[in-house]
Amino acid sequence: MKRANRGNLPAMILLFLLLMLWQLGAMRLNAAYILPTPLQILEKLWELRGPLMTVHLPATMGVTALGLAISLVLGLGLAVLMDASPLCRKALYPLVVASQTIPTTAIAPLFVLWFGYGVWSKVLVAVLITFFPITITVYDGLQSARVEMMELLQTYGAGKRDIFLKIKVPCTLPYFFSAIKMAIPMSIIGAAIGEWLGAQSGLGYFSRRMMTQLDGAGVFAPIVLLSIVAMLAVGLIALLEKAVVRWRGEF
Amino acid sequence: MSVLSFDHVSYQYPSEDFDIIDELSFDVEPGSFHCILGVSGCGKSTIFRMTNGLLQPKKGTIYVNGQPISGQKQYCGYMPQKDLLFPWRSVGENLALPMEISRKLSRKEQSERIDQALNEVGLAGCRDKRPDELSGGMRQRAAFARTMLTGSDLLLLDEPFSALDFLTRISMQEWLLDQWQKHRHTILFITHDVEEALFLSSSVLVVEETPIRALKEIPVPLTYPRDRSVLAKPEIVSLREELIGMLRKQVVE
Repeated sequence: MKRANRGNLPAMILLFLLLMLWQLGAMRLNAAYILPTPLQILEKLWELRGPLMTVHLPATMGVTALGLAISLVLGLGLAVLMDASPLCRKALYPLVVASQTIPTTAIAPLFVLWFGYGVWSKVLVAVLITFFPITITVYDGLQSARVEMMELLQTYGAGKRDIFLKIKVPCTLPYFFSAIKMAIPMSIIGAAIGEWLGAQSGLGYFSRRMMTQLDGAGVFAPIVLLSIVAMLAVGLIALLEKAVVRWRGEF
Repeated sequence: MSVLSFDHVSYQYPSEDFDIIDELSFDVEPGSFHCILGVSGCGKSTIFRMTNGLLQPKKGTIYVNGQPISGQKQYCGYMPQKDLLFPWRSVGENLALPMEISRKLSRKEQSERIDQALNEVGLAGCRDKRPDELSGGMRQRAAFARTMLTGSDLLLLDEPFSALDFLTRISMQEWLLDQWQKHRHTILFITHDVEEALFLSSSVLVVEETPIRALKEIPVPLTYPRDRSVLAKPEIVSLREELIGMLRKQVVE
């Protein structure tokens, strides 16, 4: 633990310096509606802790969790399908990649038209930008299984199921964790974008409302909260990964 | 009855326009130790890959214990050049693989077999270790134990020691002879190393040309147990030169 802290020290110092710079610059500019100081943001965060923590954070987390869950099911499903059948791979892979060229943020207002101000328009945005990295990363993981290992099991008389469970799954596990660690922040961003475009609650919605009131610190406060939550979630997954994956990459 | 026999077997790789194995027939007697000796790329590994079922012959039939191999399961233990220990499994769990797949033994029986096999290959304390904690020679011994646990009498060893350093390799060769004399499996051992072939086998099966139409059987005039000093005997030295000469002809071409 000590060593990890020491490794992070330069980053912490740099972060502190940047925050200082921001603080000084913003104080000089003295226009909190455009650029609040970090201290003002913290103050705001504390001041608004009630509605932020009890109403808007749970709303955004709900969308994030739903988006993440759907993306996981969709991404894992597509990856397994593409790995199992060359025809599926040929049919799906280009479409999956092409789906990423859609400017999701630009068409997200349409989702609001289609699905209304409820939860599903936001979930759709989150899914659209989250399922892709999951699909591709997990697919790469499945493909990383070595042919020689699969052949060895075949000589033992193994069928497809044995090979999938005993080689493909363990090979993919490290990739799977990488995918989740990427997907969590993306899903949160997706949810926030969705809420920004039209919602009745959520941190994205709250941030936008503060914008219309020219409350700079109020715009930043929910964003800071989102970042902290994302970092905590990724850290948690990293801990879980350490417990589950005791090897990585090397054969 | 022979353990393994090839009956006019041919094989052609899709990317090639000739049969790399062409009407090959040979028989292997139970309890024998043969080395298949040939230059790299001559097709000797193809013989193994057909025997273990990874490749289907274009023509001919392969028999193990008198039965055609199609329809048989776990009739041979195959050990490739790389040890292929699964890094996410402990040594003991790696040894369990063939038994997990055949699903014939209870967990308790599997566990007993694993302990016994680890004892026999001299890895008694290594059951819960990770493969990357073992040295190269220990990894090969673990892989050999896993191969034995397929429970089959016929073992196909495809250049298992070629990635090891010289000293480890010669001690592994002595160790393998030791194991063979204890268990009397039938061993087919692929190598391109003439000395290794002479030291290990009762007779050498030489691949003289590609496509492979026949394996030339050359008996090694030595008895078991052996130690490395026999390699200095004049008749072995001249046999070695003769074999090297046969192999070099192909390299020159």
